[in-house]
Amino acid sequence: MRATGEKEGFTVLVEVDDLYRSFGDNVAVKGVSFTIDTGEMFGLLGPNGAGKTTIVRMLATLLRPERGRAAVCGFDVARQAGRVRQCIGYVPQALSADGSLTGYENMLILAKLAGLRGTQRQRRVAEVLALMQLEDCAGRLVRTYSGGMVRRLEIAQAVLHYPRVLFLDEPTVGLDPVARRTVWDKLAELSRAYRMAILITTHYMDEAEALCSRVGILNRGVMAAAGTPAALKEEMGRPEATLDEVFAHFTGSNLEEGGNYRELRQVRRTSRRLG
Amino acid sequence: MNSGRYAAPAAVSAEPLVRSAWQALASVLVIAEMEVRKLRHDPTELLTRAVQPVLWLLIFGQVFSRVRAFNTGGVPYQAFMTPGILSQSVMFIAIFFGIAIIWERDVGILQKFLALPVPRVALVLGKAFAAGVRALTQAVIVLALAAVIGVPLRWYLPDLLAAAGVAVLGAMFFANLSMIIAALVKTRERFMGIGQVITMPLFFASNALYPVSVMPPWLQVVSLANPLSYMVDFLRGALVTGQLGHGPLDAAVLTVACAAATAVAHYLYPRVII
Repeated sequence: MRATGEKEGFTVLVEVDDLYRSFGDNVAVKGVSFTIDTGEMFGLLGPNGAGKTTIVRMLATLLRPERGRAAVCGFDVARQAGRVRQCIGYVPQALSADGSLTGYENMLILAKLAGLRGTQRQRRVAEVLALMQLEDCAGRLVRTYSGGMVRRLEIAQAVLHYPRVLFLDEPTVGLDPVARRTVWDKLAELSRAYRMAILITTHYMDEAEALCSRVGILNRGVMAAAGTPAALKEEMGRPEATLDEVFAHFTGSNLEEGGNYRELRQVRRTSRRLG
Repeated sequence: MNSGRYAAPAAVSAEPLVRSAWQALASVLVIAEMEVRKLRHDPTELLTRAVQPVLWLLIFGQVFSRVRAFNTGGVPYQAFMTPGILSQSVMFIAIFFGIAIIWERDVGILQKFLALPVPRVALVLGKAFAAGVRALTQAVIVLALAAVIGVPLRWYLPDLLAAAGVAVLGAMFFANLSMIIAALVKTRERFMGIGQVITMPLFFASNALYPVSVMPPWLQVVSLANPLSYMVDFLRGALVTGQLGHGPLDAAVLTVACAAATAVAHYLYPRVII
């Protein structure tokens, strides 16, 4: 594994090395390794139940790894969780904006918790709301927002404190095609503007293809393959293949498989709240 | 910066320690502010929450005033029970916070907060303090009602302020208790069941409706271990009898209970998401 900053012109912001995590008898993540550089968007691609969310939660310091090591911005996620939290933004899969507050209040609370003060806070909140095209509806209660607006608000919340790394768990699940495209555009803009390292999990092939410079194909807790979409197609000897076919090639199964009752319920609940 | 479980091994000098303590305190207030903002957007809950104490005071209180079953130390029964009803409604409000964090887990709010650069003990204390703020709104409603129906209370400002402080402390204890339960049972359905099983016995095994002296000995022992009794005792002294001899003891017991519950809740809180 590369040491932080070793690669010419880049800094490795996320390093995952042989990560394991199980829940009871179920081993959700089995020895996964990958890295993400500054300004790079990396996609973890896999069906429901592949272990994507578990990996993101370990990187966001919500779960402790059982074995292996993960570092974000050079800090160990288990031993230096406080430092890690200072340099990450996290958008969970379920809808995390508070519907009983306005968009502005959602931002204000997070900005205060991030320690932003006075005019700097005002400026930053206004700047991020503008970046996500939410200025006009900032005074409305979030429960009146469309699904795409809620997602953009959550991304806005997650980047308030200038994080260097952004984790998004299924950012467009349940969104209609237009809203999805807007979220994609905003993520690409963030990646360009702030040169953040961005990790998204998805089970949409078109999403991975549209956004990610590299993808990791995850199946049943194992990283079956990782690389640029082009390199993966190359490797299977069919440059014209779709990512769907790439996934089938490397895992021997298709994206429709996998998932369990609890995850399905979670996805449905999120979709329902998105209306 | 770090919660206990994730404490960094590096040596900590005094200055960052002061800064993180200040940051933790500021975060507690921000979380409580969030609660106040929600209440401002939808104040109807304040009224629906007031229905139950109103019924207790008006119906139960009036009927039992006629019975004169208990030796209340020369105090009219409705005045005797008002601190009990106030304490009960504070406890019910605070217990609701356990369901709230399960709900926040389900909609992802909790996950987002756990990934923030905020000390986790501040997240727990913030929720508890928010319960305290709600408890105060409840106290205002119950006391206003008591004034309207002519319950003879002592309206002595320093004691009223002390009572407010103790109500906040009690709310914080019960909010922490309910977050502990939430972290253990993890689903709303199970929490509802457990919540019922816990709140009613706590209420009846306390001095809220009757003096401890009329209880059978075994119940007196339970009442002695029940934090609700200490809250009622303090509020009764401050609002009704003016006898605050046990006041420092009551406040101390509640403070210790609150600190212990905060410690356990802080340890269990991140596990709600697993």
